Formats: sequence, C-alpha cells, structure tokens
Amino acid sequence: MKNMIKNSLVTLVMAISFAVPVLAGSEDVVVEDAWSRASIGMSRPGAAYMTIRNTGDEAIILTGLRTDLAMMPEIHQTSTNAEGVSSMAPAGEIKIAAGGEVALEPGGLHAMLMRLQRPMTEGESFLLNLVFSDGSEVMIEVPILGIAARGPEG
Amino acid sequence: MRRRRILGYGAACIGAAALMLFVGWWQVDGPGAPEPAGQLPIPLSAMDFSLTDHKDNKVGPGTLVGRPTMVFFGFTHCPDVCPTTLSDISGWLDDLGQEAEELNVVFITVDPERDTVKAMAEYVGYFHPGIRGWTGEEEEIAKAANGFRARYWQVPTEGGDYTLNHTSSVFLFDAEGHFVSTIDYHEPREFAVPKIQRTMKETGEAS
Repeated sequence: MKNMIKNSLVTLVMAISFAVPVLAGSEDVVVEDAWSRASIGMSRPGAAYMTIRNTGDEAIILTGLRTDLAMMPEIHQTSTNAEGVSSMAPAGEIKIAAGGEVALEPGGLHAMLMRLQRPMTEGESFLLNLVFSDGSEVMIEVPILGIAARGPEG
Repeated sequence: MRRRRILGYGAACIGAAALMLFVGWWQVDGPGAPEPAGQLPIPLSAMDFSLTDHKDNKVGPGTLVGRPTMVFFGFTHCPDVCPTTLSDISGWLDDLGQEAEELNVVFITVDPERDTVKAMAEYVGYFHPGIRGWTGEEEEIAKAANGFRARYWQVPTEGGDYTLNHTSSVFLFDAEGHFVSTIDYHEPREFAVPKIQRTMKETGEAS
C-alpha cells in the first residue's frame, strides 16, 4: 500500500514535470514561445526562436546549445547596419540578469541549427538543450512551423 | 630561454597589430570599403542584366517596367533574414489583396552557386504566389546588384561552408521603373503596406 502511494506520487511528479515547458535543469529558467521554421531538406541551416526568462535572484549565462537535430547548434546574432546590409555572427555567451529575459526573435538573436541531421518537418517538434555556465541544462521542446511562419502563432 | 619567449610574444603582438591595421584598411579604404552612403538605385530602364526566373523564363530589368515593382536580394541558405523578409512580403501582399496582382515582386539571389532555378522554384513556392525568384550567372547577378546599389559578399563559416552578408532592404519602383523608396528590414507592417500603396498610386497619377 505504501509502495503504491509512492509509485503514484512518482507518476504524478513526472506528469507535472512534463506538463510545464521546461523539462529539466535550472529551476529559475522559464522558456516561452519557442518555435522554428521547417527546412527544405538538410543542406540549409535552420533557425529557432524563443524567450528565455531568468526568474531567479542571480544572473545566469547561456553558453551554448545541444540537440540531436543539428551537429552545430549555435546562438547567432543578425544585425543590419546603416547601409541596410544584414550580417550574422555567433553571439557568444549570453548573460541574462536576475529577473531579466532575452528574446530570440527574427532579425536578432536566433538559435542557428547548422548541419541538420534530418529535415525539419512542419508539424513535428524537436528537443533542444540550453546549456548554462554552471553546467546545468534546460531541455525544451521546439515546435516546427511552416517555412513562412512569422512567429510562435505561425 | 625567457628572453626567447619574450621575443616570441613581441613578434606575436606585432603580427596581431599588423593584422588589425590590415583589417582596418580593408574595411575603411580597401576593397571592403562601404559604398558612399546615399547611393540610390538607378532607374530600371538604365539597368542592364539578364537572369532566369524560377519558371525558367529569361528576364531582365525591362521585364519589370510597366508595373510598380518590389525587389529584394537574398539567398535560400539564409536562415533568418530571408525567410523573415519573404514572409513579411507575403503578409503585405495578403493585406493588399487584389491590388497585389498589379505588382511585380522579385526575390533576386546573391548566391547563384547554390541557388539554381530549381532551388529558387522550390523556395519561393513556400511563400506568396506573387513572388518570383530570379537567378543566373554570377556576373549578371553582380550587374543587377550594382544597378540597385545592393551589396553582398561571401563570409566563410566553419567546415568550409559559407554564408553571405547582403543588403536586406526591399526596393520599391514605380511603373515607369523609377526608384521610389525602400522598406527597411523589420519596418513595422503598418508603415510598409501604405508605402507600397503610395508607390502604386504615384504610378497611377503619372500614367
């Protein structure tokens, strides 16, 4: 009887932890509105977007990404200069202040998914780990929307 | 031993300084120097280039004269700016509804090496059906970009791959092929659609 209660408790805890968008890792990190665009085949890099909130009292530093979808996932920054020329470069480490947030959105920061291991198909999703400087990771599920999607709503 | 190490550091420092000077020269005065600001696209009728559209038709600047025109430079391996701009354009065309049929909308690749006619056809197929994709010989693309005063250059990435930096503004021309204005990357839609409508109206009054 005692075991049964324990088992159902474990199941309950697991069910709750799967229901929230953040699946594992740093408790103070909340990831919202994650989305990505479908790819044409595997030769072109993909991009994913999201808002990362730090609800804790200490700054956190996002150092990298990990996913089995792409061999080289990296956070990149798009910038457009005064002459209207857009360019992209690795963004390096990203510090998120206590209570602050960072938006990865079109035309700014984005998770660049280089060397796709499989095509990104509309309607599917993939798992992406955000890696922080303390070694902790946050795993999120990123839905794949259409190629012409403009935001998390499609 | 220690002295040699110091010498080594010194040489490295001089090397780094020389590299920085070179990079500075390249960006300011050298081939990497930006075009003088304020250069506007020349009239379509004064441009000279020959490309192929995504339906395999021969096209050029003359194809565009007679209707108001919207042109954007990009490439299909571009993960952020290009799909975003093309979906913005698709949204503007949706907002314009029937009026959109009066517009030429052209996406010209700056990556002819990878963007074949077939690749362009597949790519534009995901956006508004009014958008045409143009590609062609490297030098013809260069001539086109020069006419629009658009800039682009390859940037190597890890693993022998490359990406491109490019002008991401959308160019608007009236039906006679005169440049009217640009819609800059990420301009809010509430400004973009009236700008397009003004361009179209300007044409109506002139003709």
